[in-house]
This record gives sequence, structure tokens and C-alpha cells, in this order.
Amino acid sequence: MQYRSSLSKARGLGSAKEGIEHWWVLRLTALALVPLSLWFAFSVVTLVGGDYETYRAWAGEHGNAMLLVLLVICLFHHAQLGVQVIIEDYVHHEGIKVASIIATKFTAVFFGASSVAAVLRITFGG
Amino acid sequence: MTSRERPLSPHLQIYKWQITMALSILHRMTGVALVVGALLLSYWLTSAAYGPEAFNLAHGLFGTILGRLVLLGLTFSLFYHLGNGVRHLFWDVGMGFEMPNLRASGIAVVVFAVVFTLLTWSAAYIVRGG
Repeated sequence: MQYRSSLSKARGLGSAKEGIEHWWVLRLTALALVPLSLWFAFSVVTLVGGDYETYRAWAGEHGNAMLLVLLVICLFHHAQLGVQVIIEDYVHHEGIKVASIIATKFTAVFFGASSVAAVLRITFGG
Repeated sequence: MTSRERPLSPHLQIYKWQITMALSILHRMTGVALVVGALLLSYWLTSAAYGPEAFNLAHGLFGTILGRLVLLGLTFSLFYHLGNGVRHLFWDVGMGFEMPNLRASGIAVVVFAVVFTLLTWSAAYIVRGG
């Protein structure tokens, strides 16, 4: 049995070009999430016991609003890429696999957008 | 292409459990837990945009015993996944692959996660006032 693909099949086609993108963005978002999630954990601790107005004042502050938006975008982007890896590892039926990945991406965008819209609404006093 | 059904590696029933593989699967499990955490974060942020009633309902749910247990698990998941994620980033640049280092960094990550979970919750209860 021939295990290696013949060179003639690969030659001239170049690299897959986008193969590295998923791996790279997973690392980039991971790196961004290190300070963002530590900031978030610290902030939640300071908010414990606070009421609605305390929360609004905190989330409406410009720096906090910006960091919340960055956190949510990086978090859902990273989560979506991570879940895709798990699906590709365990789901072997091609149709179910593609459908699951599409569902994952749509879900992540939906909840990410909902979170960003919520932060903006509080910031701009909706 | 047809082939006989063959056992795939890693074959968990046969391999002796080691700290490296246990921590590896824990990274994935905490990752899945944090997906739930991300959805709860989205719910929390969105509830505040809907007004005080929705926000207080969310806080009420998070404040129940079950809610607190979930948040405690998420706190540990966050610190573990963060610490072990940094471990992965070092591997990506080719550092820390020697067996003693792998074990030491693995134990360090677990200690980091447990200590920071306890610190976070102690601080939260102090801020809340008991």
C-alpha cells in the first residue's frame, strides 16, 4: 500500500494558504483573552453585592465598555474556533460535521452580537 | 477503501492514566464549560440592557446555591484553561517539552487554578461583606 501521496499530485498547487489561519487566530484570541479575562474576573469581584445602578455605572464607563466589547468578541471568536476543533475530532459524518460547525458559528455570532448590543445600549443610555 | 475496524490511539482503556493526559482532557472539558460560561455572560450583559427587573432576575438565578456552584466551577475552569492555555503557548514556541518540565508545569497550572479560584471567591465574599 502506498502511504505517501505522489509528489506529482502536490507539486505546483502551492500550500493550502488558509490552513494556518484557524490555528493562528485561536492563539491570537487566547493571548488577548489572558489580560481581558483576568480584568473581567477582578471587575466582577468588585461588583459583587452591587445593584443595577452600580452595574450600569460600571458598564457605561468608556474604558469598561470598550474592554467588555473586546472581551466578548475575543471570547466568542475563541470559543467558536475551539468548539470547531472538538467537532472535527469527534464527528465523523461529513454532513453532520459541517452542519454542527455552521450552527456553532451562527450561535457564537448571535450571542456575541447580543452582548455587544447590550453593552452599547447601556453606554449610550438606551 | 475498506479496512478492518482497528483500535484508534489513544486507547483510553489500555493506556495507564498519566497527569499529562488527564490535564489535556481537562483543558478540553474546561473549554466546553467556558462555552456555557460565555453564554451566561451574554445573558448577564443582555439582561442589564432590558432593565432592572431582568437584571435582578439574572442576579437572583446566579445567587442561588446551584447558581453559585456553577459560577464556582466556571471560576476554576477559567483559571485552569487560562493557565494551561499559557502552557500551550509556550509549547507552540517549542519550550517546555522535556518530561520533568511537562509534569512540573502541569502541577503548577493546577495549583494556580485552585489558588486563584479560592482567592477570587474569598475576595468576593469579603467585598459582599460576609
